Amino acid sequence: MLAFILRRVLQSLVVMLVVALVSFALFRYVGDPISTMMGQEATIADREALRERLGLNDPFVVQFFNFVTRAAQGDFGISYRLQQPVMELILSRLPATLELALVSGVLAFVFGVGFGVYTALNRRGWMSGAIMSVSLIGVSLPTFLIGVLLIWLFAVELQWLPSFGRGDVVALGDWWTTGFLTTSGRASLILPAITLGLYQMTLIMRLVRAEMLEVLRTDYIKFARARGLSNRAIHFGHALKNTMVPVITITGLQLGAIIAFAIITETVFQWPGVGALFINSVRFVDVPVMAAYLMLIAVIFVVINLIVDLLYYAVDPRLRVDRAGAGH
Amino acid sequence: MTGGDMQEPLLTVRDLVVEFPMRRGTLRALDQVSFDIAPGEVLGMVGESGAGKSLTGASIIGLLEPPGRIAGGEIRLRGERIDNLPPEAMRRIRGRRIGMVFQDPLTSLNPLYTVAQQLIQTIRTHMDVSEAEARKRAVALLDRVGIPAAARRIDDYPHHFSGGMRQRVVIALALCAEPELVIADEPTTALDVSVQAQIIDVLKEICAERGASVMLITHDMGVIAETADRVAVLYAGRVAEIGPVRDVIQHARHPYTRGLMGAIPTLEQTSDRLVQIPGAMPRLNAIPKGCAFNPRCEQVFERCYSERPSLRQAAPNHQVACWLTEEGSA
Ligand SMILES: Nc1ncnc2c1ncn2[C@@H]1O[C@H](COP(=O)(O)OP(=O)(O)OP(=O)(O)O)[C@@H](O)[C@H]1O
Ligand code: SF4
Ligand SMILES: [Mg+2]
Repeated sequence: MLAFILRRVLQSLVVMLVVALVSFALFRYVGDPISTMMGQEATIADREALRERLGLNDPFVVQFFNFVTRAAQGDFGISYRLQQPVMELILSRLPATLELALVSGVLAFVFGVGFGVYTALNRRGWMSGAIMSVSLIGVSLPTFLIGVLLIWLFAVELQWLPSFGRGDVVALGDWWTTGFLTTSGRASLILPAITLGLYQMTLIMRLVRAEMLEVLRTDYIKFARARGLSNRAIHFGHALKNTMVPVITITGLQLGAIIAFAIITETVFQWPGVGALFINSVRFVDVPVMAAYLMLIAVIFVVINLIVDLLYYAVDPRLRVDRAGAGH
Repeated sequence: MTGGDMQEPLLTVRDLVVEFPMRRGTLRALDQVSFDIAPGEVLGMVGESGAGKSLTGASIIGLLEPPGRIAGGEIRLRGERIDNLPPEAMRRIRGRRIGMVFQDPLTSLNPLYTVAQQLIQTIRTHMDVSEAEARKRAVALLDRVGIPAAARRIDDYPHHFSGGMRQRVVIALALCAEPELVIADEPTTALDVSVQAQIIDVLKEICAERGASVMLITHDMGVIAETADRVAVLYAGRVAEIGPVRDVIQHARHPYTRGLMGAIPTLEQTSDRLVQIPGAMPRLNAIPKGCAFNPRCEQVFERCYSERPSLRQAAPNHQVACWLTEEGSA
């Protein structure tokens, strides 16, 4: 078990280093940081002095090492555009993105699994047919279009929900701000969360349905029926548990994807999260912010991956090493 | 059909018809299958692949898979009809009164639950006992089916057991709610030859101890000869012959049974007596008129092409569906 975790952590570190290299290359070679920072009128001597001070004349390996060390301490430098420490900027935007992703993820998971199980168990029912057809729309419409449609219907026509922003937020602790505690905050979450989660929900639903149908055909389900177990025990115990083994992996990875895809949703809904921050940084070639965002997404993916592996391990006893004494 | 001094049968199957409605007409997979199983009796069921053995078992335990459906006849357990029960009533019979052992122990057990969890859940589904009591019973039963160190091994997952051991677990699961009838569908086919005999012995012994009847489906006439009290021979979804094992093996009356018997390797019969029946069993959409065996029968005559022979008494307790027997004994 320990060896397994260690191995996965090591792999994660390697992945992070590779991403760091990409971010660093971005940092170093996209545009000239000196001219971005000093503007056009600085003298050559001034430029050279800054270059020396920032260590830009050091050998590549040394620069990369310094970059990684500072990144590990959360230091990504100062945003060119906003003249604030990058880490501060990201931290102030992160709660908005994480809360949005969390709500979308929970929506996608709960409804995805629920609809998946329902359509698998009632394969021939008309409701299942309806759910499947609607879900086809879910996968084929682009996210921004869904967002715009939702805004048009619920914000413009019906005027039930706000069309942009995060509503009122409440500070929790040093840097976290939450929209969960105010009515306008909760109302503002609904449309973006649906927009962001719809695609993932459809994916999860189709996966759960396919897996569940597969599991329902297995011999152990037949045998469970032959032993007279109740439908509830068979469907929601024996079958669902086996269905969830592969679903956990995909769902976990989808959560990473949700955070990454939040860029589009945040743009459509002017949601003050890191995705919107990233888009603005790209527009202004604000390289430190871009690099930090890349690293952040990588960390999130790696951590989610790790958690998924551990979950997988907890659910499926076949992956565990034989316990002592459980031999032949 | 009156068996004379036979006690009331545990299971009665009468004129059972199973059909599959297909786009191009209905397939009749079982056609008027009839047999009885007495309390405590082991009935062997043999027949080529596709003869309808598994479908017969599935019909009895109420697990025919759609679109398959019972289109005629009746099934009675201790005189009560069970073929038309509501699903919930039938569910309570499964496991509790009729147990089933499937072919492949590697796939019959849920990989994500321990043996204890599966046994205890099954026991408590059917019996009003505490978790601790159920566990005690489960351990005793595992011990009885021959799992060494059962009290410890019960908390292992299925993948910790070998194939033979898993089939013992499967048998324990099928028997844990003390059913009166156990349907074993080729319980050893998937196992290593070296453990096949042990598994059959365990199954037979425990059922004998508890007075449970067994319907043993197998391709292995050797197993039938050693284990069964009576044997039913199925051909193309019909019963060809049914009777006490000795009679059927030594005095097979149906030409098909005689062909099958040629395939048993026994001490007296050397290999030069092996009879190979030419031809193959017809597909369900091409069963010939009259006797289904007529294209392959060496003794076929006119009547066999026009009229279907029904099961008739040939000797006490021994029934055959063949015009030859009809005429010979009538
Ligand atoms: N879902 C189905 N649709 C159509 N025909 C089916 C279906 N299931 C079974 N059958 C037919 O029913 C017949 C009997 O099948 P069954 O499984 O009972 O045979 P069996 O005697 O158990 O054979 P085996 O020895 O191979 O297990 C076969 O001819 C098969 O083709
Ligand atoms: S009825 Fe005719 S064809 Fe059928 S087994 Fe008897 S002799 Fe052969
Ligand atoms: Mg079969």
